[in-house]
Order: sequence, then structure tokens, then C-alpha cells
Amino acid sequence: MKRRIHIADKTQKVISIENLEKSFGTLHVLRGVDLEVFKGENVVVLGRSGTGKSVLIKIMVGLLKPDKGMVSVLGQQVDALNNNQLRQLRLKIGFSFQNSALYDSMTVRENLAFPLVRNFKQLTRKEISTATEKVLDDVGLLHTIDQMPAELSGGQRKRVGIARTLILQPEIMLYDEPTAGLDPITSLDINSLINEVQEQYHTSSIIITHDLTCARQTGDRIAMLLDGKFLTQGTFEEVFDADDERIQSFYNYNFITADETS
Amino acid sequence: MAFNLKNKNLQKVRRHLISPRLDEFFSGVYRLYKFILEFFKQLFRPPFEMQEVARQCYEVGYRSLPLISLTGFIIGIVFTKQSRPSLQEFGASSWLPSLISIAVIRALAPLVTALIAAGKVGSNIGAELGSMKVTEQIDAMEVSATNPYKFLVVTRVLATTLMLPVLMMYTALVAMMGSYLNVHANELTSLRSFLDSGFSTISFLDIFSSIFKTMIFGFTIGIAGCYQGFNATQGTQGVGRAANAAVVASMFMIFVEEMIIVQIVNAIR
Repeated sequence: MKRRIHIADKTQKVISIENLEKSFGTLHVLRGVDLEVFKGENVVVLGRSGTGKSVLIKIMVGLLKPDKGMVSVLGQQVDALNNNQLRQLRLKIGFSFQNSALYDSMTVRENLAFPLVRNFKQLTRKEISTATEKVLDDVGLLHTIDQMPAELSGGQRKRVGIARTLILQPEIMLYDEPTAGLDPITSLDINSLINEVQEQYHTSSIIITHDLTCARQTGDRIAMLLDGKFLTQGTFEEVFDADDERIQSFYNYNFITADETS
Repeated sequence: MAFNLKNKNLQKVRRHLISPRLDEFFSGVYRLYKFILEFFKQLFRPPFEMQEVARQCYEVGYRSLPLISLTGFIIGIVFTKQSRPSLQEFGASSWLPSLISIAVIRALAPLVTALIAAGKVGSNIGAELGSMKVTEQIDAMEVSATNPYKFLVVTRVLATTLMLPVLMMYTALVAMMGSYLNVHANELTSLRSFLDSGFSTISFLDIFSSIFKTMIFGFTIGIAGCYQGFNATQGTQGVGRAANAAVVASMFMIFVEEMIIVQIVNAIR
């Protein structure tokens, strides 16, 4: 699959993070993270497991509170918002979870309709049904509309998870390990879907991953997280052309493992 | 070096107010208090998830009926059989319907219903919410701008609080029927005289206190299950622990509440 370049509007910052710190007990996960994401840009946050990548995006949607630093999303400082303001902000952010987090007790249709029913009371049943079918069609899974999440494959679950966030027409998409646990072919499909979502819905995205193929195919900019800080940021080539041994070992491990697997 | 070690130990000690276990216990009580307070805050705030409340009422009420029916029926028969010899010694076997109805309505039906619900419904709520917590479904609800507390906790606690009294009355009815069958088989008492004799000793206070008591038991079961589920951690093991802790905590609280309510009702009587 060819890498697509998205045109970012460098005059409009949608996410701005300054000197962000977060600890869990004695474990310092984030130690002064700085990041800016511009409108229409896909930023990939790369790093080993347990380096705080998911913590970073959970702070952006207010699921976790930062210890120190400033996180601003769409011009609003997240930790200073009250419940209602946070709710309004969350309507503009799509969060795709690592394990999809589909509601087990509901069908795919009910999963997708869930945020609409609760946040847009003025919508009729027909309008909700039309919106549900449209986003499901956009991710190519209209035929699964009346199935239960347990009946779906891993890749289908990821797609439905993404569709559930798209139904709210978000301005920002946050993907937490979108290709984790998927076979290489399904991973490529998900990478394509991320790019299609960006083009169709004009979103800005942060993609958390340790999969270099995903990073290369979806990221306009790569930010390498190491020891609680961004070691470097740039295009895929800029980051991996660097001489830093830690970056090279991450690169070699990924592709050597991929070669061995194939 | 010795000074440094001593200093480090002191720092460790100072991290706790009383002791690690007691601190954890009191902070747990405080968290539970906040959890309960949140229920009353959210209860009267729109949107009201009436459809989900109805679904939970069905889960709690209708799905518990087979187990409740069997238990209630057996309790009625066994309690009657066991009580008969003692009453016959005094030539008072005609008092059986009164004895059974007092025992069933005042104590057995509320307690048995609550204990069965704690085991069946409480563990179900604990496991379901625990599993939703560890698979990030609760976080997913929150980031889709929906209040998970309102959708998951308020609806379930409301369902257990409303359905337990209904289940209790049903248990009492089934237990009385079981008892009647036994009394009829042995003493050839008619249904009408069994009911007349049974209900002549039951006052409004008995029925009201039992309904009130089971509402409290239902609330306890709902809150304990939801609290444990909402605070589940560490994957599938945490789900099992949440389900178990929900049952243990609610059963313990039910006995404590039963004791307190009996004292209060007896003082009023």
C-alpha cells in the first residue's frame, strides 16, 4: 500500500501539549512531553510497550489527570474543564480503543447508535438508523449491523470500533494500537481505513502504535517516545535515518521480526 | 549510612496516617460513601434511562423467578414440617398457619430473597461491570460523552431496589403455598381457614417493614455489585474478584441491616 501524504494546516493547532508529566505511584511514565498536532495532520506516537503512549491520549480526553503540564485540545485546557464542557469536547474527539471496547451486550447497530441516542435527543429513529448504516458502510461492514460483537473477527471489531467514533463526526481521532493483535493483511486494511477516515472526515489524528508499517503508512509525522519524553519528531525517514542507537534498534527489531515472520 | 537508612524508614512510615491496612480500609469507606452519594446526585438528574431501568428490572426480577420459586416453596414445606412436632407437643398445631405466616413475612421471605439475589444478581452485576471495566467499555462510554455511572449504576441499583420487594412478596406467597400444601395434607385445613388463620396475626407494620427492609437490601446488593465492578482491576482475575467481593459484601451488609431494622421495628411495635 502506498503512503498517503495529508496536507496539514500549519496555522491551526488542534492539540498542544507542554511539559506533560504523569506518574503512577513511584513509576514516572511521562516526564515532560511536548507535542503539537495541526489540523489535518496524522501524528504517529511510536514507542515500546509501557512507555506511556496510551496514557498520553487518555489524558487528552480527560480519562486521566496529568500531574503537571498543560494539555490543550481544540483550544480548551482539558484538566480545567467542568463535566459539561468536557462532555462537549469529547463529542469532537473519536477514541478507538486497543481492544475496540465494543459493548458486549448490544448489537453492532445498538453500539453505533449508543452515543447518538444519548447526545442528540432531537434525532428521530430513522435519522439514527440512516447515520448508523452510513458509517458502517464507510468501514465496509454494513452486513454485520445486526450481529453481536462476539460474532465479529478481530479486524471487524476494530472497524466497528472506529465506526462508532465516526458517527459523532469527530474533528480529532485518537487510535490506540489500531493494528495490535491483527494479522499483516488485516493490519494493512486498518491502515488504509485510517487514511480513508482522514480524507473523508477531514480529521486530525494521533495514532499510538509500535508497528512500524502502520507508522510508515499512516503518519505524516512520527514522534518517538522514549523514557517518558519524545526523543525525536519528524517524517518517517527523518526519524529512522538518525544515527541514534535506540531508534535504530527499534527499527531493526521491528523489521527483522517482520522478516522472520514472513 | 545508618542515618540514611533510618531516614528512609521514617519516610516510609510517614506515608500512612495510621497503618497501611487501616488507611486503605478508611479510604475504601470514603470511596464507597462518594459512590453512594453520586447515586443520589445522578438519580434525579436527566436524562432518565427508563428503557435500561426496565431491562434491568426484567433481568433482576423475571430471571430470578425460577430459583426464588423453588427456594420459597421448599422453605414453606420444610419450615412447616419442622415446626409441627414442637407445636403438637402443646396441642397447638392449629397455630401452624399463624406461626408460618409470621416467620415467612417478618423474616424468612425478606432474608431468603435478599440472600438469593445477592448470590445471583449481585455476582452478575459485579462480573458484568468488572468485565466492562477491564475491557475499557466503561472508558468507551465516557469518551463518547455518556455518563457511565448514570447508564450502568443508577439503572441497576434502581432495578434491584424496586424489584427486591416484588420478589420478596412473591417468595412469601410461594412459601405460604408450600406450607398450605403440607398443612392441608396433614391437618386437612381448607385454604380459606389457612389464610384466615395465617393473616389474622399479620399487621400492616409487618408488611410495611418487610417491604422497606427488602428495598434496603436491594439497594445494598445493587451498590455493592456496581461498586466492586466499577473498581475491578487486573484483567479476568479482577472480574472474578469483583463478583466474589460483591456477594460477600452484600451478604455481610444484609445481615447487619437485618439486625438493625429488627431492633427498630420491635421498638416501634
